[in-house]
Amino acid sequence: MLTPVTAPRRETLSDSHGAVAEHNPNLRHHFDTMEQQFDSATLGMWVFLLTEIMFFGGMFCAYMIYRSMYPAAFASTSAHMNPKWGAINTAVLIVSSLSMALAVRAARLGQQKALQILLLITIFFGLAFLGVKAVEYHEHWVDNKVPLIAGHWDYSNTEHEPNQAQYARQAQILFCFYFFMTGFHAVHMIVGVGLMLTIFAMARKGKFDAHYFTPVEISGLYWHFVDIVWIFLFPLLYLIGRTKELI
Amino acid sequence: MQIPLLPEAASTTAPYVDYLYWYMSAVTVIMTTLIFAAVFFFAIKYRRRSEDEIPQPIHGSLKLEIAWSVIPFLVMLTFFWFGAQIYFANASPPSDAMDVYVVGKQWMWKIQYPEGQREINELHVPVGRPVKLTLASEDVIHSFFVPAFRLKHDVVPGRYDTMWFNATKPGRYHLFCAEYCGTEHSGMVGWVTVMSEPDYENWLANSGAEGTMVQQGERLFGQFGCSSCHQLDQQGRCPNLRGVYGSRVQLNDGKTVLADDAYIRESILNPNAKIVAGYKSDLMPAFQGQISEEGLLQLVVYIKSLAINKAPGEVAAPGTQPARERILPNGVKK
Amino acid sequence: MSTALIEPRTVETPNYLNAEYGWKSWLFTKDHKRIAILYIISITVMFFLGGVFAGLIRFELLTPQGDLVNSDTYNKFFTMHGVIMVFFFLIPSIPATLGNFFVPMMIGAKDLAFPRINLLSWYIYVVGALFALTAVVMGGVDTGWTFYTPFSSTFSNTFVITAACGVFISGFSSILTGLNFIVTVHKMRAPGMTWGRLPLFVWANYATSLIQVLGTPVVAITLALVGLERAFHIGIFDPAIGGDPILFQHMFWFYSHPAVYIMILPGMGVISELVACFSRKAVFGYSFVAASSIGIAVIGFLVWGHHMFVTGMSMYASLYFSLLSMLVAVPSAIKVFNWTATLYRSSISYATPMLYAFGFIGLFTIGGLTGLFLATLATDVHLTDTYFVVAHFHYVMVGGMVMAYMGGMHFWWPKMTGKMYPEGWAKFSALLVFVGFNLTFFPQFAAGYLGQPRRYHAYAPEFQVYNVLSTAGATVLAVGYIIPFIYFMWSLKYGEPAGDNPYKATGLEWKTSSPPPTYNFETPPIVTEEAYAYAGHGAKEGDVV
Repeated sequence: MLTPVTAPRRETLSDSHGAVAEHNPNLRHHFDTMEQQFDSATLGMWVFLLTEIMFFGGMFCAYMIYRSMYPAAFASTSAHMNPKWGAINTAVLIVSSLSMALAVRAARLGQQKALQILLLITIFFGLAFLGVKAVEYHEHWVDNKVPLIAGHWDYSNTEHEPNQAQYARQAQILFCFYFFMTGFHAVHMIVGVGLMLTIFAMARKGKFDAHYFTPVEISGLYWHFVDIVWIFLFPLLYLIGRTKELI
Repeated sequence: MQIPLLPEAASTTAPYVDYLYWYMSAVTVIMTTLIFAAVFFFAIKYRRRSEDEIPQPIHGSLKLEIAWSVIPFLVMLTFFWFGAQIYFANASPPSDAMDVYVVGKQWMWKIQYPEGQREINELHVPVGRPVKLTLASEDVIHSFFVPAFRLKHDVVPGRYDTMWFNATKPGRYHLFCAEYCGTEHSGMVGWVTVMSEPDYENWLANSGAEGTMVQQGERLFGQFGCSSCHQLDQQGRCPNLRGVYGSRVQLNDGKTVLADDAYIRESILNPNAKIVAGYKSDLMPAFQGQISEEGLLQLVVYIKSLAINKAPGEVAAPGTQPARERILPNGVKK
Repeated sequence: MSTALIEPRTVETPNYLNAEYGWKSWLFTKDHKRIAILYIISITVMFFLGGVFAGLIRFELLTPQGDLVNSDTYNKFFTMHGVIMVFFFLIPSIPATLGNFFVPMMIGAKDLAFPRINLLSWYIYVVGALFALTAVVMGGVDTGWTFYTPFSSTFSNTFVITAACGVFISGFSSILTGLNFIVTVHKMRAPGMTWGRLPLFVWANYATSLIQVLGTPVVAITLALVGLERAFHIGIFDPAIGGDPILFQHMFWFYSHPAVYIMILPGMGVISELVACFSRKAVFGYSFVAASSIGIAVIGFLVWGHHMFVTGMSMYASLYFSLLSMLVAVPSAIKVFNWTATLYRSSISYATPMLYAFGFIGLFTIGGLTGLFLATLATDVHLTDTYFVVAHFHYVMVGGMVMAYMGGMHFWWPKMTGKMYPEGWAKFSALLVFVGFNLTFFPQFAAGYLGQPRRYHAYAPEFQVYNVLSTAGATVLAVGYIIPFIYFMWSLKYGEPAGDNPYKATGLEWKTSSPPPTYNFETPPIVTEEAYAYAGHGAKEGDVV
């Protein structure tokens, strides 16, 4: 018994002889339509972001486990985080996500100048984020809160923190996680800035128009994801547990 | 040539593990034989006889799928059930189990008995009595494995693990380290000797000691300066340790913890982890890295022995087994 | 012998192999078929390297004493064997080779969704392998492939970071392959190729890809933490400062248990293809076999604790993991029963790929059932960390996956190369592999129950008889693997031309020339049949003769 023939989903086949019009120069040979290419690229980026969630998720999970094992030590570490920098960075990233979203919109509408400007704004804020992070790391360095480097870890009691030395051991673990989590995040930001510079260069060469802006779209997804990771990092590392009553 | 299939069954749990193993093996053999036979039989009966033959497709049968999902799962549930039963029975030692303390370190087993005997790679136990091992590691993860008992337990650094058994047959049985631990992992082996009660008494009597573990612990207690603060007869600057073992201790953050072996060990190594209510932190020095796991066990046993209103070593504190009087076969008490 | 088809085409017709020549055309290719060939070459190299280590292990274990090499060297042998075989052979094996080659063709696509990422994943694999090889050459690693802390993070004196880097890097290769397959199967199916018509090989690779994408990042971060701990002398898993070595095990096994399903699902996909083709009949219970692949992938993420029953985990956690481990066995059993049922009233050929399929069904059954001994709590307490475990996982990974790989290579060799291999030698090698494999690993079950611990350089004398049998089997097994390597190489020059469809199989890949053209299909296919429509245009679900 014959199964009925399903009408072909796609209209044009880019590789066969006598193919119909749609031959956008950006269409890769193994795709049949621009729509298929765009859908594949975005699905691919979403799947990649899923792997990133698992990557950061593993770290978050380990951090949460240690934090629940050592609540008092954790509370003492939060005194050394500077929520001012964290808040500034949060605002910076949110604004950069806004400019990124607007950039994607500009690309969709074929607005070349707006696209380039918005990309530059995004890059600027990305660099601002990294700059603030550098300042923060420097503060930790001067304050001797870097367990990774010998000679730059000191958790003894101070005037400000007269009771913290007892938590030194566990604080070391928690600080390690702080640096790993924000460090891996920063690496992803650097990659993101690099990505944006590449997109900017492509935009300047006029590679994008209303029919083809896939790289802008998927870079935007990546950028938003890196932003969201920070939205989780900020409260987790800077805000929760900022109480001194436990000590 | 002897081709042994099973180790000796020398503990109360071993026969049950073996019954379960045989039951599962029987099911495995039956299932495997059925599959092999079906494949073999079909392969012959339905071998291709001509190049053009095309068999009729049979797409499936919901009934069969359900049957061969549910029935095997139910059989597996029996495996799970029996296995869990035995596992649970082995999880908690009987309250009258005798204690032996084991420290694993690269690459040897150090055994300590409360009466003071120490052995390397040898464990002597009496037959028919539950024995509870407290396991500690000096370095990496090891695993205390006695095939004849069908038991093993990992020995993880940073904490105490326990396992218990009741040996049923006198004999000498292999002891293996079963968690890869470095160069001489396969050399970290020894023997568990199960002895009849009289033989065990003899061995205890003749195997000289440097004092009981309680006495050794007491020596360490003085040596490390613990007694200067933890005065046993009055409240010093630090909590009184009499009767603390087995009690519930209130901490300065409002929580209460049970003062078990692990609590005592942690309090020695990292006192600031849990501060008793009413006391300040940073008073007691941390002894991390200064006392071996063996020494820690001796201190634990000593502190266990401290009961309220009694001098140390005389009567065991609640939660430990009573000090045993040894009666030799000729009736003489020791 | 070879069933040549109507119009045998010679290798002279344009195909992906002769489309371009020169090393650049290979190293910068975007053609999924060429990338598959690149992978075949690389993983074959790693397989034989891992095999050399296996041979050295078995040679040492002939005698109870550690008299061939010293303990440190032996510990490096089993570590390198495990690391190479798991991360550099089994994990990529079928997906990166047969999957890369045939998933696009089976769905009627011209390539994978992201050809350049495909090539990138091969390069990443090579870089990771170079790190691993560097570790070997510099002196090896001795932590076991499981890298347990604190031994790996604090105590080992070997090149742990280098090896961990190699594994970390090759993990990205695995992730990218998985990502590529997922998007390809979702977005690139030819008209009429619905999910319900996909060959089971595609379903299996899709399920595998889900695991690769979700699980691999977790082992990446776990090994990264160990590497950072070693490099900076900090203590994440160091008990002396409150770190938890058991946390490492939870994180490691959270990936590594699903990883073992990466190392079997593609093999199961191959077996479905072989059983269908060589019994000339649709696989019985297609939808159940497809669903079971997804089921294994999902449930596989929920059982990792069964590697940790003796670590002092809570009793209730142990109960849960044991119960779920029973559950995960069910979908595998479903597959075995369905393949066996497919043979009923079929038309069975004894071509070499089918012999490997028979071997798989039998050996995977044993491997899977012996897994139940380890899922059951009381028996696991006795058997964990003994040779019983070693025997179990070799039954599923070698008796299962590697046999499936061999079967798949033999099945699709004619399509990939346009040449036939010598059938007589092929059947002989299949027999050698089956006999050699069983002789190597069956005695290890007995040695395990008797109490021989794993990773032992020297062992108690009563285990010797099993070890001697095992080593004897290993020699036979090695020959069984070397012979195909030789005749496959030989066939490239001297093999009979294969024709488009020597086995008269269904499936879109067989509708192309052998070897296929670069863009796979001259005119894009429109699919109107169910999979395995041997009897015509596919009966409906539920039809019974």
